[in-house]
This record gives sequence, C-alpha cells and structure tokens, in this order.
Amino acid sequence: MSILRKIMTAVRGGAREVGELVVDANGTRIFEQEIKDAEHHMRKAKHDLTDVMAKQMQASRQVKSLNSDIAEHEGYTVQALEKGDETLALEIAEKISRLDTDLAEQQQVESTFTGHVTRLKDLVRKSEKLIKDYQRQLSMVKTTESVQKASAAITDNFASSSSKVLSAKDSLERIKKRQQDNFDRLEAAEQLEDEGSDKGLEARMQEAGIGAQSASASSVLDRIKAKQS
Amino acid sequence: MNTRDLALRISDLSSFEGFEFECQPIPGEMEVLQITLWEYEELPCFVSVTDSQILCITYLFTEDEVKTESRSDLLEEMLELNIPMPLSSFSKIGDRYVVFGALSISSSIEDICHEIITLTENAVESIDALEVYLV
Repeated sequence: MSILRKIMTAVRGGAREVGELVVDANGTRIFEQEIKDAEHHMRKAKHDLTDVMAKQMQASRQVKSLNSDIAEHEGYTVQALEKGDETLALEIAEKISRLDTDLAEQQQVESTFTGHVTRLKDLVRKSEKLIKDYQRQLSMVKTTESVQKASAAITDNFASSSSKVLSAKDSLERIKKRQQDNFDRLEAAEQLEDEGSDKGLEARMQEAGIGAQSASASSVLDRIKAKQS
Repeated sequence: MNTRDLALRISDLSSFEGFEFECQPIPGEMEVLQITLWEYEELPCFVSVTDSQILCITYLFTEDEVKTESRSDLLEEMLELNIPMPLSSFSKIGDRYVVFGALSISSSIEDICHEIITLTENAVESIDALEVYLV
C-alpha cells in the first residue's frame, strides 16, 4: 500500500498518532532510529567497499606483474636453449612453473574481490534507495502528525480563549467594514486638510460668490464685445 | 529556525510591505505561532516549523458553514482556484477548510513575511469568492 493511502486511512480513522499506524508500531521515533541505523550500516558498507576495491586493485597489479615476469622468463628460456644450455633452460622453466602457480592463485583472488566489489556496490545502491524511500515516508508522516498536533493546539487555544470564533462570512464582513472605515477616515482626513488650507477657504468663498471670481466664457465674450464697440 | 526564533525576528521588523504583524506563540505538543496582520485580525495565520519545512495555515470555514446542497460545487471551485491562487493552496484539516503555504526551512525572513501576507490576502479573497456556497 502506498504511504499516502496509509496516511489517508489513518487520518480517516481519526488516529492521533499517525506514525504508529503507518510506519512503525512504536511510532516515528523508532522509525527514525531505524533509518539512522541503516545509514550507519551503509556508511560501513561503503567503507568496506573501498577496502575491497583497494585489495582488488592490488591483486590485479600482482597479476599484471606475474604475467610480465612469466613473459620475461620465457624469453630467458629461449635464450638458454639457443646457447645449448639445457640444464639452465630447465631451471628457468621450473621458475616459470612456480610463477604460473602464483598467477593462478592471484587470478583467483582477483576474481573473488571483483565479485565482492560488485555485490557491495549493489548492496550500497539498494540501501541508498531504501533509506531515501524511508526518509520520504517519514517526512510525509511527520508532516501529517505535526499538522494534527498544530491543529489540536490551535483548537485548544480557540476553546480556552474568550474570543469567539467567527464564521468566515462574519470575518469577511468585519474585514471589509474595517477597510471601508479606514478608507473613509483617509477621505475625511484629506477633506479636513483641504478645509484647513487656503485652498478650501478660496473654494468656499468662490462658492459663496465672494472675492475674485474666475472669469466665465460669457463674461470674457462680453468684455471683448465691449472693446469692439 | 524554530518558532521562537521566527517570533523574535518578526517582532524585530516593525512592518513589512506596509503591514504590521502581531506574533503570539500558542502552547501545545507542537509549537505554533499565531501571526496576525493588523488589518486582518479575524483571519490569523498559524505557522509551525518542522524538520523539513515551514507550514503556514489560515483557517477559512468549517464544514457546518457550507451549504449542504452546493458542497460538491464548492469543492470543485476550490480545486479550480488552487492553481491561480498565488503561493497558497486549499486543504482541509478535520472539519476545517484551510489555505496553506509550505516554505523551505532555509527561507529568509522576508520570504516568510511575504508568504504570510499573501496567505492572508488569499484567505480574504477566497472567502469573498466562495461566500455563495456558505450559509
């Protein structure tokens, strides 16, 4: 079952401790510890891997050097035979035979280490994937748990505080009213400022027909006509 | 960053993007910070910090407030509004509908404040838009 489906089932069932139902019977803390242990094992496996890889490299170096030794001694045998020294050639051949035995052993060692390296690499890859998956699951479960706990704390707080919980509509209405009030206050303040300044006074005087009147088009026309005549 | 750090740092900012914040820690098994914008005190934002993220949640309305006959229309509307709504998403905790935003644990204080403002404005906008479905 996918982790989300498990969480859904647990939440539907009204569980308070989702972790217990979803990841581990003992809760998320144990699961976290298991992940830490797995990480520790993986670090160890990686360390072992580097050791084994070093040994594998040593073995392959040995194989190479034995191969070149054998080739070299085969050359010496040919030279001894060319000189007609059968005894020396036989001695060299015996040495080659010992080198052959060593080579077979080293090749065996090398292939064993190669097998180890492949297995360990595979193991490390699998563990990494598993740990990643565990961490992802744990993070989802922990988030669900913390949301539940946070929501419990908030609900308790609502219940204990004297402030009444408003419905969404009432909240919206109050917010809108406050915004309108603020807007009105701003408008009123602007008006007051206008009134306090000369601008307000002049406007009111003009309205009352007192003081310099702004010339209307008809009065301008009258004036021009008067000049013409 | 834990909720106490967050409360201190938000209190240090007297205002952000023209908004004034009020922080109030809520006791409980999980530490939660109630953050209110001065203009929107009816819709507080609840912030909690986990190992991996910072969660900001604002409660919208309860199941009781939803008109029974238009409940599925409301749910569909909320799904459709989820993407256009900036930074926040709709969700439900128990019988309460919420808007929430999740931030990385390494977010700056500016990012967190911006998130809280956006979340609160989204909450007001959403209630305004979904009011027709409420009793």
